[in-house]
Amino acid sequence: MPFWIEVIASALLLLGAFFMLLGSIGLVRLPDFFTRLHAPTKATTLGIGATLLASLLMFTYQTGEFGIKELLITMFLFITAPVAAHLLAKAALHHRVTVLGDEKTQQRIVQARKQAPPVDEPLDTKVD
Amino acid sequence: MLTISIMIACGMVLIALILNSWRLVVGPNTPDRIIAVDTMYINSIALILLLGMYRGSPLYFEGALLIALLGFISTSAFCKYLLRGDIVE
Repeated sequence: MPFWIEVIASALLLLGAFFMLLGSIGLVRLPDFFTRLHAPTKATTLGIGATLLASLLMFTYQTGEFGIKELLITMFLFITAPVAAHLLAKAALHHRVTVLGDEKTQQRIVQARKQAPPVDEPLDTKVD
Repeated sequence: MLTISIMIACGMVLIALILNSWRLVVGPNTPDRIIAVDTMYINSIALILLLGMYRGSPLYFEGALLIALLGFISTSAFCKYLLRGDIVE
């Protein structure tokens, strides 16, 4: 294995592990649920992306063929992490978790709780 | 040099897993615990990748792909249960 591949893979590995540690530190230290939601869903996703890039470099050099599985895992995680964060925020709105903030933030939270989901009207009951 | 980097990265991910377990135990309400589990499966994917790089065999990516799939499905099922009280209506 040549030296430059080792340097790039090591730098990517250390960067990815540092960002994953940063996301978990944010998950522990931040005071509120909606601020805690920001730390793992962004920093941890960046960390796993950097780790997957490092392993793609190493195995592409070793086996001589392009690693499609790493790209598949990366694409899947990058697509599903925002969806999971959105679902968690919607579940936390209905569970009445404590929200820190000033009066404007509290009013916005109350307004967001009042919003009903859109109702699909059946087509045959519409009267023109 | 790559082996030392893999060891240091394994240590950092292990510390991250311990912090997530602390949030899983202490978390004041249920969505906090769901976030902790969600972060823990992503860290487990990173640990499996590091093991594969240390052993030098590309056999471990199927396991990482399976964990990614089932982790997202379990998170969405938890949230659906909290929202609706039922998973499949």
